[in-house]
Amino acid sequence: MSWTTICKLDDILPNTGVAALIDETQVAIFRVNDAIYALANKDPFSNANVLSRGIVCSIQGTLVVASPIYKQHFSLEAGKCLEDDSVSIASYEARTEGDSVQIRISH
Amino acid sequence: MTDKQRLLIVGNGPVGHQFIESIVESGQSDQFDITVIGEEPRHAYDRVHLTAWFETREAASLNMVKEGFYQDNGITALSNEKVITIDRDAKIASTDKGQQYAYDKLILSTGSFPFVPPVPGHDRKNCFVYRTIEDLEAITAAAANAKVGAVVGGGLLGLEAAKAIKDLGLKTHVIEFAPRLMAVQVDEGGGALLRRKIEDLGVSVHTQKNTQQIIDGDECVHKLQFADGAELETDILVFSAGIRPQDALARQCELDVGERGGIVINDSCQTSDPAIYAIGECALWGGRIYGLIAPGWDMARVAADHVLGGIEQKTFTGADMSTKLKLMGVDVASIGDAHATTAGAKCYTFIDEKAEVYKKIVVTNDGQHLLGAVLIGEANDYGTLLQFALNKITLPEQPEGMILPSLDGSAGVGLGVDALPDVAQICSCNNVSKGDLCAAVQGGAMTVGDLKACTKAATTCGGCTALVGQVLNAELTKMGVEVNTDLCEHFPYTRQEIYHLVRVGEIKSFDELLEKHGSGHGCEICKPTAASILASCWNDYILEPKHASLQDTNDRFLANMQKNGTYSVVPRMAGGEVTPDGLIAVGQVAKKYNLYTKITGGQRVDLFGATLDQLPRIWEELISAGFESGHAYGKSLRTVKSCVGSTWCRYGVQDSVGKAIDLENRYKGLRSPHKLKMAVSGCTRECAEAQSKDVGVIATEKGWNLYLCGNGGMKPRHADLFASDIDTDTMIKYIDRFLMFYVRTADRLQRTSVWMENLEGGLNYLRKVIIDDSLGICADLEAEMEHVVDTYQCEWKTTVENPEKVKQFRSFVNADKSDKEIVFIQERGQIRPASEAEKIADTDLIAVA
Ligand code: SRM
Ligand SMILES: Cc1cc2nc3c(=O)[nH]c(=O)nc-3n(C[C@H](O)[C@H](O)[C@H](O)COP(=O)(O)OP(=O)(O)OC[C@H]3O[C@@H](n4cnc5c(N)ncnc54)[C@H](O)[C@@H]3O)c2cc1C
Ligand code: SF4
Ligand code: FES
Repeated sequence: MSWTTICKLDDILPNTGVAALIDETQVAIFRVNDAIYALANKDPFSNANVLSRGIVCSIQGTLVVASPIYKQHFSLEAGKCLEDDSVSIASYEARTEGDSVQIRISH
Repeated sequence: MTDKQRLLIVGNGPVGHQFIESIVESGQSDQFDITVIGEEPRHAYDRVHLTAWFETREAASLNMVKEGFYQDNGITALSNEKVITIDRDAKIASTDKGQQYAYDKLILSTGSFPFVPPVPGHDRKNCFVYRTIEDLEAITAAAANAKVGAVVGGGLLGLEAAKAIKDLGLKTHVIEFAPRLMAVQVDEGGGALLRRKIEDLGVSVHTQKNTQQIIDGDECVHKLQFADGAELETDILVFSAGIRPQDALARQCELDVGERGGIVINDSCQTSDPAIYAIGECALWGGRIYGLIAPGWDMARVAADHVLGGIEQKTFTGADMSTKLKLMGVDVASIGDAHATTAGAKCYTFIDEKAEVYKKIVVTNDGQHLLGAVLIGEANDYGTLLQFALNKITLPEQPEGMILPSLDGSAGVGLGVDALPDVAQICSCNNVSKGDLCAAVQGGAMTVGDLKACTKAATTCGGCTALVGQVLNAELTKMGVEVNTDLCEHFPYTRQEIYHLVRVGEIKSFDELLEKHGSGHGCEICKPTAASILASCWNDYILEPKHASLQDTNDRFLANMQKNGTYSVVPRMAGGEVTPDGLIAVGQVAKKYNLYTKITGGQRVDLFGATLDQLPRIWEELISAGFESGHAYGKSLRTVKSCVGSTWCRYGVQDSVGKAIDLENRYKGLRSPHKLKMAVSGCTRECAEAQSKDVGVIATEKGWNLYLCGNGGMKPRHADLFASDIDTDTMIKYIDRFLMFYVRTADRLQRTSVWMENLEGGLNYLRKVIIDDSLGICADLEAEMEHVVDTYQCEWKTTVENPEKVKQFRSFVNADKSDKEIVFIQERGQIRPASEAEKIADTDLIAVA
C-alpha cells in the first residue's frame, strides 16, 4: 500500500498524539519534536481506541506512550509493551514530507 | 470435660483486654478456656481517649477489640454482667444474672471508680462523673437544656471534663480544693501559668474552694455553697475528684487489700491467693495505685507471662508516672521528681510570659543527672528530657541549655539517640525499647508508619513519635540506607524540591524545568506533577501548547475518561445548589447527546458517554446555560458539599449553603498534589459529613469549627478539629494558608490526611505554622493563594471560545467522525457501554448519538 497523507505537522502539538482513520483502521500518530511515529490506536488491555491520547514518555532511553486507561507503556518504534513481553501492538511506517505527515499501512 | 485451664477475667477494660491479647499473642491460647465478664454494655474500649467520643458520638470509634477477635480465638466474652461474689475454695465466681463460672486462674481487672465527695446534694439530678461512654451520653443529653456547667476537681481528668463541657457550648467553671490546678503533677509556678492559659480559653477557675453543700439554684438548677461563703450556680455538675480502686470483690472474698483500698499484689501480680491475679487500676503494688494505662498494660503482660508458666520471667517493678498531655490545647508535661523533693535537688526555671511557656528542670546536687521536669505551654522536649531522667544520662555542662530557647535559631540541645542504651524505653505506653525499634528497622521497617505497625510504638498517646522518628533515621543511616525519594528517573528530586525549583527559579514550562534540572523526555509521573506545580504557581491555562502534552489523561481533555474511551462531563454546582432551569438545561444536554445521567457522591450531576468530539459542543451548551467546569478531572478542588443549613433547617445555626458556595468559588481550579474535598454543615448534626473531608466546616452558635485532613476513600480518616468558633475571615485565612502549605510540601498523590500523618509534629505543628506563623511564611502563602484566586478561569470557557483549541478535540485528525467502535446497550432506560461479548453478539447495540 502507498503512503497516505494524514495532516500537517502543526496539527499535532509537540510531544502529543492524534488519532487518524485510514480506511477502517484507527492509527495513533505521535510527534516527538519533529519525528513521527505511528501505532495502532487500540489499547489491548481495555480494547478502547485511546492510545493517541496517552502521555509520551521516555523510559530508560526508550520512547513510549503510556495508555491513558491502565497506564501500560508501548514503545513508539515497535509497539512492544514494556510491562508484558507477550503483548505488542501494530506499528506503522511514518514520515514527514515537507510539512505533511504521512503513514503507510502494509497489509 | 476438657483438660484445658480455665481463665476467668473479671472486668473488660483496657487492661483486662491487654491480658487476653498477651495470652493470644503467645500462640498458646488453645491451652486455655478463656472467659471475660464485664459489667459495661460493651467490650473493652479506649478509656484514655474517652473524650474523643464527642467527635463522633459513636462508641464504635473507641472500640479496642478487633472484629472477630473473640470468635477467632475461642474466647467467651460477656457484657452487661457483673461478678458479685467469689468463692475461693470452690473456685467459682457468681454474677448478678445468677450465673456461676468456675476457674483455675482468676484475673481481677476491675479498674477503679470515680470518687464523689459525700457533700450534701451530691446525688441531685444532673450530677455526673466522667468515666464511661454512658456518662458522656448522659452529660451530652443534660447539656442540651443547660447553660452553665461546673466540674469539681482541677486535676487531669477534671480539666478534660471541663473542656468537653466547654465544647458542648456551656459556660464552664472548674472548682479546685487545692491552691492550684493539677497539683499532683505541676508545681506552683507552672500551676499559675496553666491557670492563665485555661482562663484564656474562657473557663473560669476557682481554687481553694471547699464545697459544703449543693442546693437549688436561683438562676440555674444547682447552687454550690463553699466553706468561704462564696456561691456558684450551675445547671450541670461533674465530679472529678480522684479515683478509687474497685476492690469490692477482693474485700468480699477476703483477699488482702491496702489500708486505703487496692488489691495487694506481688511482683508477678498475684494477690494473696496465688490463683488470683489483680492488674490495672484495681491493683496495689508497693503501696501504690497506678492511675495510668501504661503500668496497667505492664501488669497485664506480667500476669499473662506468669499464667503461661513464666516463660519470659517478667516481673512488675513499678512504673514511671511521667506524663505528657494536651489539656484544652495546652501542652502539659511532668517528669519524675517534679516537686524537687529529692535531697539536695536543684532547679532551673524558665518563664516566657509573652508566649506563655513555663519550663522547669530538677537536677541532682552535683548537676550530673536529671531528676524531674515540668513543661507547660510547650513540651517538645519531653521525650528527650524523659530519656535523660530514665537512663541517668549525664547532663551537659550547662543543663539550663535544655530548656532555654536558642536565640540564634540553632536547634536546642538535642539528645543524640546514639547516647541511649538499647534497653531505653522509647514508647512507654506500649513498652517498646530502642532495641526493639532498631531490630524492626533491621527487619525491614523503613518509615515511622512501618514501625507503628510492627512494634505498636507511638500508637497510643503519641508522645514518643518524634523520638521514634529519630531512632529510625539514626538506624537507617547506620545501615547505610539512602532512601530514594526521587520523583522518577528524569528528576533526582522530590515533589517538594521541584516545587521550590519552579517557584524560586520562576520556571514557567516543563521544557525549561527538564533542561535545567532533569534528563530524558519525561514520563507519565513527572509530566503531570510538573503540570500541577506550574499550575499551582502560575495558574496558566492548562491547555497552552507548552502545557498540554504534560497533562494527565483527564486534564488533557478536561473530562474523565471512562473504560470505553468516552468521557464523563461534570458541570460545577457549587455547594450542591442548582436552579430548576439549571437542572432542565443539564437534562436537555443529556437528552440531546443521549448521555447516561447520575447524581454523584459529591452533590452534583455527572453525564457519561460523551465522545471526544462531542465535548466542546456539550460544553458550549452548558456554558450558555450558565455552568462552569466542575474540575472533576483535576487534582484540584472537587466539591464543597453542603447541608441545607439555617435557611431552611430548623436546627441550622448558620447559612451552610452560602458558605459552601463561597468556599467552592474561592478555591475552584486550584491545582494540588491530590484532589481536595470540602464540606460545610449547618450544625453539629453534620449532615454534610464535613469531618470526612480535607477541609470540613461546621457551624457553631459563635462562628465556625474548622476541621482539617479528613478523608473518605480507601483509608477513611476523621478530620481533626483545628480551630473552634472562628469567624469567616479567620477561617478563610487559615484555609488559604493550609492549602498553600499543603501544595508546597506534599508528595505527589498524597492526600492531606497522609501528608499530615507524615508531618513531624502532626496537628500541633500545623497549628503553629498556620495559626502562630512559626515559619514566618503565612504572608507568602496568602499572597500565593490570592494570585490563584485572582487568575481563575473556567478552562472550558477558554477552550470553546478558541477554535484552535476546539480542534484538539476531534476524534480523528483526518475525518469528521466519531469512533464507530463505541457502542452502548440500553439499561434501566439509559445507555451503558456494551461489553465485548455484547459487541460480538451485535444485537440491540446503540451507536453514539
Ligand atoms: C463520579 C463519582 C462516583 C459517583 O458516581 O458518585 C466518582 C468517580 C470516580 N472517582 Fe471517586 N467519585 C465520586 C465521589 C467520591 C467520593 C465521595 C465524596 O467526594 O464525597 C469519594 C470518597 C471521599 C474522598 O475522596 O475522601 C471518592 C473517592 C475516590 C478515590 C479514593 C481517594 C482516596 O484518597 O482514597 C479515588 C481514587 C483516587 O483518587 O486515587 C476516586 C477516583 C474516582 C475516579 C476518578 C476513578 C477513575 O479514575 O476513573 C472516578 C471517575 C469519575 C468520572 O469519571 O467522572 N474516588 N470518590 C463521584 C464524583 C463526585 C463529584 O461530584 O466530583
Ligand atoms: C477521661 C479519662 C482520661 C484518661 N486519660 C488518660 C491518659 O491520658 N493517660 C493514661 O495513662 N491514663 C488515662 N486515663 C486512665 C485510664 O483510662 C485507666 O488507667 C485505664 O482505663 C485502666 O484500665 P483498667 O482496665 O484497669 O480499668 P477500667 O478501664 O476501669 O476497666 C475496668 C472494667 O471492669 C468493669 N468491672 C468492674 N467491676 C466489675 C465486676 N465486678 N464485674 C464485671 N465487671 C466489672 C468496669 O465496669 C470496667 O469496665 C484516663 C481515664 C479517663 C476516665
Ligand atoms: S447539619 Fe444541621 S443544619 Fe444542616 S441539615 Fe443537618 S440538621 Fe440541618
Ligand atoms: S509513649 Fe504513648 S504512644 Fe508511645
